[in-house]
Amino acid sequence: MNPDLAFLVEVLVGGLLSGVMYALVAIGFVLIYKTSGVLNFAQGAMLLFAALTFVSLTERGVPFAGAFAATLGVMVLLGLTIERAVLRPLVNQPPITLFMATLGVAYVIEGAAQLAWGTQVHGLDLGIDDTPMDIAGILVSRFDLFAAAVAGLMVAILSLFFRYTRTGLAFRAVADDPLAALNTGLRLPRIWAAVWIASGLVALIAGLLWGARLGVQFSLSLVVLKALPVLVLGGFDSILGAIVAGLIVGAVEKLSEVYLGPVIGGGIEGWIAYVAALGFLLLKPSGLFGLRSVERV
Amino acid sequence: MATTSSPVAPPLRRPSANRVGLVLLLVLAYGLVPLVGTSYLYEAILTPFLALSLAALGLNLLTGYAGQLSLGSSAFMALGAYAAFNLSLRLPVLPLPVTLVLAGLVSALAGLIAGLPALRLRGFYLAVSTLAVQFFVAWVLNRFGWLSNDSPSGVVSAPPLVIAGLSFEDARGRYLVSLTVVSLLTLFAWRLVASPTGRSFVAVRDNETAARVIGVEVARTKLLAFALSSFIVGIAGVLWAFAYLRTVEPAGFNLDRSFQILFIVIIGGLGTLRGAFLGAGLIVVLPLLLSRLGAALLGDGFDSGTLEMGQRIALGGLIVAFLIREPAGLVALLDRAVRRVRRPA
Amino acid sequence: MNAFLAVDAVSLGFGGAVALDSVDLSVAKGEIHAVIGPNGAGKSSLLNAISGLYRPDSGTIRIADDGFSRVPTKRLAELGVARTFQNLALFKGLSVLDTVMAGLVHRQSAGLAAQIFGLPAARREAREHRERAEAVIASLDLADVRDRLAGTLPYGVQKRVELARALVARPRLLLLDEPMAGMTATEKQRMSGYIRAARVSSGTTIVLIEHDIGVVMSLSDRVTVLDHGRRIASGTPAEVQADPAVLAAYLGLAFDEEAA
Repeated sequence: MNPDLAFLVEVLVGGLLSGVMYALVAIGFVLIYKTSGVLNFAQGAMLLFAALTFVSLTERGVPFAGAFAATLGVMVLLGLTIERAVLRPLVNQPPITLFMATLGVAYVIEGAAQLAWGTQVHGLDLGIDDTPMDIAGILVSRFDLFAAAVAGLMVAILSLFFRYTRTGLAFRAVADDPLAALNTGLRLPRIWAAVWIASGLVALIAGLLWGARLGVQFSLSLVVLKALPVLVLGGFDSILGAIVAGLIVGAVEKLSEVYLGPVIGGGIEGWIAYVAALGFLLLKPSGLFGLRSVERV
Repeated sequence: MATTSSPVAPPLRRPSANRVGLVLLLVLAYGLVPLVGTSYLYEAILTPFLALSLAALGLNLLTGYAGQLSLGSSAFMALGAYAAFNLSLRLPVLPLPVTLVLAGLVSALAGLIAGLPALRLRGFYLAVSTLAVQFFVAWVLNRFGWLSNDSPSGVVSAPPLVIAGLSFEDARGRYLVSLTVVSLLTLFAWRLVASPTGRSFVAVRDNETAARVIGVEVARTKLLAFALSSFIVGIAGVLWAFAYLRTVEPAGFNLDRSFQILFIVIIGGLGTLRGAFLGAGLIVVLPLLLSRLGAALLGDGFDSGTLEMGQRIALGGLIVAFLIREPAGLVALLDRAVRRVRRPA
Repeated sequence: MNAFLAVDAVSLGFGGAVALDSVDLSVAKGEIHAVIGPNGAGKSSLLNAISGLYRPDSGTIRIADDGFSRVPTKRLAELGVARTFQNLALFKGLSVLDTVMAGLVHRQSAGLAAQIFGLPAARREAREHRERAEAVIASLDLADVRDRLAGTLPYGVQKRVELARALVARPRLLLLDEPMAGMTATEKQRMSGYIRAARVSSGTTIVLIEHDIGVVMSLSDRVTVLDHGRRIASGTPAEVQADPAVLAAYLGLAFDEEAA
């Protein structure tokens, strides 16, 4: 293969794989947004909290499985608490109010996580060899492949859950039409609780993968900022959109970093995804998979 | 029957009482404080309080009155500060007040551009687009060393505050400059929200379709809100850098600062001018209170890291508590307290 | 024909569902014209098309001398058209006085600087607009609540505030989408009085959607009946009442409408 082309493909694959990691965070947002219209800014803080709890437990000698189960329990509790103590009293408030409340929740969780577990950086080793693998002349990170596989598995489990369980079906009904679902006697609070538990699970998995990649530290909660352009591009309410947009954002970031960076200067990954996502949205206001909604007056 | 000239219900606003209160406040701020103030009072409390109040006032015009959520306020503070720094460095002939106004205009122009997506996007999509501004501005300020006079660290000293040959370099002088700038811009904002334009801001916020039907130029109104808000926020940035920090550096204008200003607006009260001041007062005093409290409770175990985390928790908790218990903010609490005091009379 | 408002063969659909099917409507100057029909007949869609909120798929709308395929909502006030909404569309953070003054925003000519620095032109304009707003407020018996926030008032009063915001512009054409929905018989009487007065004082042409047949018969000069997006009858109240198509499509439902 032409070395320039091989390099391009390598960059593209690297970008797509890191895009999977973005999609992983974005899915946590979508789950909650679909059912309750809340853009949960605390998703990043939950991710940090999960990773910190897990790594602190393993450092204290708790085996992997035990630490995972214990952290999952903590995340379920955290999700339920947020839902019950913060969002339930704010039901029927405008979306922006709910968003700002989750911003406050993010601050509380970030402060509490670090107060409890300290502010130093923890290494997190999931036991995955990170030497690059050679596939048809293209170097691919093993870790990225593993992360993609985990993400794929999680999406599969979630979609099975939504297809075949009572709560899952109820979730879909609520997401399609909350009013109608309410009228047919579905119990919204129970679905909200289920959704917050699910997003706690997503936060745990994303937290472990991101923590293994970046080290477990405060800046982990900032991956929320990586998920926002993904959500803008894919729509706040589409899991498929989050995955596709995650891949696109990952690829755009890597490609522009490699090819555009030398021209206009480094460090553009902080904003290029935002500009790309917004540019796309301005051209096509309905987003990747969104439906045009008719304004009723 | 159609000519009821004397209203039965008493008007809610009492301009005369408000005006007396305002004059008293100004007398206090200009007359009494400079006589008794210590430099700790000026440097740790009053000057940052004034700069943050002004930034929150600017954001409140956009978010509280015109209903456009912005998560990128500190980018406009940074633009104002850097514009003022470069103007005073490269055009030293300009008097400080002119530099201030020009810096505000630079920020307003950027606000105008940042407001363009508001013509197509709403709600969260718009909020995310203001985050793009936040990160883009931070990148530009780091990328082009020329903007910080090629200082290797990126940190540069603010120029001395001299107006008409008089130096306002000491703590009290910087307080007085801040107070004057904030007073004038608050007057400006007060006139604005009472004007037909201010009415159009609220109309667009509360019902965009109805606003368009009665003839409000929605696009122009939104852009105007962005520009005027950014003008004020930009000048707040100049105060923050020149009068409070005494240095200009990108780090002071990060996302946390943007959130802090949004929090001030929420805690103080969206869509009120007084709210910006009440909220800023609480935000400035909170860490001082917490550190006293922490030291008293925990003694030596209370270090600066613990304080910072405690502060984060308290701030986040306050936001949630206000949104649930008092969405109208400290202003509503204060009004209720005042009514309770007045009723027996 | 000297119609002030002429809707000509307007059709409108939303993703397969037909809201309006080649609807004609002709309203003479100074007429009070009621549009009636069962729920989902397309009444609100028709008003939204006339005010430019919806873009018709085909057909034209003529207001006075200007014909449009889509009425420009931005220029609505300038064209002399004002409207109210089925579900209240007030500015809940403005006082009643400010809300009514906002109805004059299209007449605003003083610039921003003039407003902020209180220049004479802006002050004169503000005084004039205030006087006009106060007059409308008085004529709709809203003086008692002049300083209250619009969003804090009872439903029926909010409906009146919305009418005041529309009337202050002295529109040539007034579109009222269910101005009396949810009102008691007494309130409906008063509202009918305000609407009649508006026509008398400024010769306004009025199109209103209303469910209460009694109100329609006593208030309107002419009636158009819609059913499933089609016009099935048009004429004087008496003519329409006697029309067999209307009886078939509509009056059978009148009882349900009343109950709803």
